[in-house]
Amino acid sequence: MEEFLRAEHLHKVFSSGAEKFTAVDDVSLSLQHGEKLAIIGESGSGKTTVARIIARLIEPDGGRIILGGKDITKTKGRELRQVYGVMQMVFQNPVESFDPRWTLGDGICEGLLNHGYARAEADKECRRLLSMCGLEEDFARRYPYEVSGGQCQRAAIARALALSPKLLILDEATSALDVTVQAEVLSLLDSLHRELSMSYLFICHDIALVQDFCHRVMVMHQGKVVEEGNCDHVIRNPQQEYTKRLIDSVLQ
Amino acid sequence: MTGQRIPTVRKPKVRKNNLRLKLAFLACLALLLLLASFFSEYLTPYDPYLQDLTIAKAPPSSEHWLGTDRYGRDMLSRVIAGSRTSIFASLLLVGFIAVFGSLIGILCARSGKWLDTFLMRTADLFLAFPGLVFALAVAAVLGGGVHNAIFALAAISWPKYARLSRSQTLAISALPFMQAARMGGCGSLQLVWRHVLPNISGPILVTAMLDIGTMMMELAGLSFLGLGAKPPIPEWGSMMSETRNLLPTQPWITLAPGFAIFFSVMVFNLLGDTVRDYLDPKNRG
Repeated sequence: MEEFLRAEHLHKVFSSGAEKFTAVDDVSLSLQHGEKLAIIGESGSGKTTVARIIARLIEPDGGRIILGGKDITKTKGRELRQVYGVMQMVFQNPVESFDPRWTLGDGICEGLLNHGYARAEADKECRRLLSMCGLEEDFARRYPYEVSGGQCQRAAIARALALSPKLLILDEATSALDVTVQAEVLSLLDSLHRELSMSYLFICHDIALVQDFCHRVMVMHQGKVVEEGNCDHVIRNPQQEYTKRLIDSVLQ
Repeated sequence: MTGQRIPTVRKPKVRKNNLRLKLAFLACLALLLLLASFFSEYLTPYDPYLQDLTIAKAPPSSEHWLGTDRYGRDMLSRVIAGSRTSIFASLLLVGFIAVFGSLIGILCARSGKWLDTFLMRTADLFLAFPGLVFALAVAAVLGGGVHNAIFALAAISWPKYARLSRSQTLAISALPFMQAARMGGCGSLQLVWRHVLPNISGPILVTAMLDIGTMMMELAGLSFLGLGAKPPIPEWGSMMSETRNLLPTQPWITLAPGFAIFFSVMVFNLLGDTVRDYLDPKNRG
């Protein structure tokens, strides 16, 4: 397999006043074409910050991001728009990831219209995407507060797929959903992965969820990567004390 | 359990229709007030400046519905003519400070650190002036008059909108849908135009609507103190001030502009409240 995403020595410090907090400390990762990589860790471990740095939603204080062989650490404007055609993100809270004044359909079409689709084409594509994610066409006319969390997250996945990205960053995309809906969304993501052969960067705090879903796992603690490797291997033979505790907490 | 229907949330249709009716009614009243103030010179039955001492302080009659003041000027004509200064000036004032203040606020929230700090400290500076003292200072430097009163009120009122729109913009900007829109290829201006403005316009519009009443009162207050409109220009505040000693003997002369202020302020305040309810997406069906 060929490398698709590489992040090198990412570093991010948040400061409020005189206090400084290192959220991401020298994190490097690489993701192959079609691979599913999970980043796990407790809240505050810096996994979401890593995802946001890679998605170019926050600026890193150091390090490089290489996507498809191109350095995107400093891209801006039109080039960044092109990057977002390749890389998309699904957020933790589905309802908040849609503008409350817009219908789900308008939200899904926005990216298409920004990338030069005509309105009618975009509407057609939106219907196709909704049905691909298991939603009926009339969901396009609904507002985010009129649908359930699971339905809204499906619509958010449809929006992320609109520009046919090669990399999907799933930032706790199933954490806000209840267990049965979580399973449905995961199986949707699994079937989409088979159909569209995308790469997933799966940010999650639940190690049990990751085991069946991802190829590789990276464990983060206090901004650092403490362990990395094949999912089964890491879960069966954790080398680090922190990983052991993380696994034990799920087993309990 | 079989065959049992899953309960669904019923939309409050009746409430929504009532809200629409109320909004339409109040909007009509406000529009009437605005039209009256705009075309006031054509609506006055008499010349509001025409003095006739033979009928001074006449009580309401079929010829002079609201009576006459101490110089025999028709009160109805003066109240209608006064609406130009009172309503129209407040509306222009609020429109200007709402737009200007909001733009500053959005700029602060979306721009870098130093511009935000600079503009917000400037806003604090203006907020620190007590309104009346500032108006007195303006009147002392530039002289009295409606224009200077409006200027003084504008200078101390815009920071409220800047603060409001800044905090609203910051709150909206932190929500995931802004990031999703950015990842959908929106530039900074598109983000502001499509997502920030529509989402913060509700609170700003409501504040502005409620402010029309407040500004009307403040302008009237300044005129009452002799810092706004100068006699003989008909303005509700100064009309009340001029005639306040007639309240025990000829109350209609003082009460007519007083009621005009009360009624207009009430209409705009109620309209502001109703617009807020209407703009709340949860009240839409």
